[in-house]
Amino acid sequence: MERITIDPITRLEGHGKIDIFLDDKGDVANSYFQIPELRGFERFCVGRPIEEMPLLTNRICGVCPEAHHMAAVKAADAAYKVTPPRTAKLLRELLYMAFYCTDHTTHFYALGGPDFIIGPDAPVAERNILGVIHKVGMEIGGKVIQMRKFGHKVVEMIGGRKVHPAVAIPGGVTKILSEGERKEIEEMGRWAIDFAQFSLQAFNDIVLANQTYLDLIVGDIYRDETYYMGLVDENNKVNFYDGKVRVVDPEGKEFCKYAPNEYMNHLSEHVEPWTYLKFPYLKNVGWKGFTDGKDSGVYMATPLSRLNAADGMATPLAQEHYEKMYETLGGKPVHQRLAIHWARLIELLYAAERWVELVTDPDITSSDVHCKPTEIPTEGVGIVEAPRGTLTHHYWTDERGILTQVNLIVGTTNNYAPIQMSTKKAAQHLIKGGKVNEGLLNMVEMAFRAYDPCFGCATHSLPGQMPLEVRLHDQRGELMDVIKQYVD
Amino acid sequence: MSKPKFAMYWSGSCGGCEIAVINIHEKILDVDANFDIAFWPVAMDAKVKDVEALEDEEILLCLWNGSIRNEENEHMAHLLRKKSKLLVSFGSCATEGCVPGLGNLFPVAELIDTAYTTLTTDNPDNIRPQTVTQVPEGEITIPAMKDRVHTLAQVVDVDYFMPGCPPESHQIAAVIDLVIEVLQGKAELPPKGAVIGAGHSTVCEECPRQRNVKAIKAFRRIQDVAPLDPELCILEQGVPCNGPATRSGCKARCPSVGAQCIGCYGPAEGVVDYGARLVTAFASVIDSRDPEEIEQILDGIPDPAGQFYRFNLADSLFQAGASAFKKNEV
Repeated sequence: MERITIDPITRLEGHGKIDIFLDDKGDVANSYFQIPELRGFERFCVGRPIEEMPLLTNRICGVCPEAHHMAAVKAADAAYKVTPPRTAKLLRELLYMAFYCTDHTTHFYALGGPDFIIGPDAPVAERNILGVIHKVGMEIGGKVIQMRKFGHKVVEMIGGRKVHPAVAIPGGVTKILSEGERKEIEEMGRWAIDFAQFSLQAFNDIVLANQTYLDLIVGDIYRDETYYMGLVDENNKVNFYDGKVRVVDPEGKEFCKYAPNEYMNHLSEHVEPWTYLKFPYLKNVGWKGFTDGKDSGVYMATPLSRLNAADGMATPLAQEHYEKMYETLGGKPVHQRLAIHWARLIELLYAAERWVELVTDPDITSSDVHCKPTEIPTEGVGIVEAPRGTLTHHYWTDERGILTQVNLIVGTTNNYAPIQMSTKKAAQHLIKGGKVNEGLLNMVEMAFRAYDPCFGCATHSLPGQMPLEVRLHDQRGELMDVIKQYVD
Repeated sequence: MSKPKFAMYWSGSCGGCEIAVINIHEKILDVDANFDIAFWPVAMDAKVKDVEALEDEEILLCLWNGSIRNEENEHMAHLLRKKSKLLVSFGSCATEGCVPGLGNLFPVAELIDTAYTTLTTDNPDNIRPQTVTQVPEGEITIPAMKDRVHTLAQVVDVDYFMPGCPPESHQIAAVIDLVIEVLQGKAELPPKGAVIGAGHSTVCEECPRQRNVKAIKAFRRIQDVAPLDPELCILEQGVPCNGPATRSGCKARCPSVGAQCIGCYGPAEGVVDYGARLVTAFASVIDSRDPEEIEQILDGIPDPAGQFYRFNLADSLFQAGASAFKKNEV
């Protein structure tokens, strides 16, 4: 059988490797998206004290350490059966919203956005953040830098450090916000709302106004009908920090809604011998392989899936854009993967609005930031929405709060099966009769870039540009053609 | 005249080092102005072939972050060592193994077994990832994990070490300024093997909290005593704070928000073994002269391995790791 290897050998982040096999007609028979790394957190965290987990699991991912910090501390709260004071929750969520604004900005302008702003067919050397700045001007480039600065500034002010914050402990936080700091954070938050609106306008002007791009978004290449997952508040509105996990089926109907401590009733992880990463799926639907539809337990957990799984946004401006997106794309749920980019900007606006809500809450500067745990710790689950998907931490401890068992289902991992399917589908569209379309590399890349993949949170793709090598072999195994990008 | 070449590469790391570099914001333009970026997958179109085609030592400055966790990491470390004049071990993973180095407390097979047998894992055939798998259509491969986490310097020769998890952005900016001054003939390179982008004392020295050398009678866990007094030394409040053994350079950021130092800047200058120094530092604030009582008080630290070697295990004197296990088992 003929084989095409798409091998990203340069970067460990984004380290993935795709083997595509062709049938007798030269069409795609199967593909394997492999993840080559494991670090073993679930084993070596055993024996550590539970309060260390928000610090240790930060190091799973330096792109979204805030998500691990929050999921870990919520699991620790649950294990101690302690409810942090309201102010502690407000401060945690405020830090988290500032992080979301930074992270979503990075993805849209530096990673995913260049495909649209510069164009999917533009020279590779221009499809990056510098190309974006050249195209849209330094004034906008400056705004992007400013947004990233503000977000990290808030993370540092509350969390201690810009990367790997240190502030959350079981029962609350260690930091009391001063009025001076509060004012500064409020100003930055108001600026962030303007920036998010500006970004949505830019998306409207550059992407939606361009028929070619719009066709790409609504077309079939990047479409899979799966289940969708996301955290929702008591009104079924999108929430990043707290709430229940809601899953809707491919028709958009609620399939289940569960509290963090019920996750094991709903999720399982499938194992394949050819990759280090597992494939989560909905246990009550079942693992049917890499296939979409209502009978397959494959689900997606991304900005788009959160919007699909919710009934709306909890802030007014984001809600307006939420309605506009579904109106434009033909109602809920939206299955087109490239719409993840649009959903991400709507989330950016929500995070900025929520940032201002939180920082103007009269309780935010209260000194009541910690509740001492008094119960003997046993077991706890913490769930937040990481930018790249629902993040679940589950800890078991002995009576001293020393970990005896750890289970993690990490952001991007949720999307491993959908990414495998999306890349296969892109390959199927672009490889016919043994001929590899020259556009394959970037089109395949776009298929997984939309997910903002952060593989295993050990090996995420920060630039969103995977080094790829496509090798086309004939049936005797001889090399016919090689197409490369970012590799030798 | 062509500019000197710059490279940055990541291996078994979390990506935080890359974020820290991006967080120097406009300063990144100085890098662009003074260097040709030869290889930096995160920022630009870079190819291994381009690196292989370079003359030996043609890259002037290479920042390497990430530990050596698998065979592919090791291969890239040798390649970039050969092609770089100055190889910098950048960040905690490369320099001391960091948190993933705690994996060295267990045989690698145990790390793997745990991951594929968790309670939510559906694995009736007890599958483990294989370096070579025969699928119906052919053979596919993934790299093998090494038996333990290695630091960069345990695998190749390293010129400079830059600590931090991740290095603070102001320190990265300072190092970039220094290298540019060297290029302009305005400064000289530090001696080979030097620690750069960090201070020469301990986190305690730059921590504004007040120290009274008040001896303590018991260690306490932060959730049992928070919120801490914002003015007083955290260690003296009984919470094990790693400041006394940890290199300065971060401006004591974690203590600034009421959290203890966890030691991410690695051993302070002159310290041979981080954990040994920290034990000594802790023992010195304990209010007792009775060795048994001291031991009892130290027992209040629930996880000595994690407390004393949280970031530093792979680079510590005993290194732990599979080799240590084999000795015990055989």
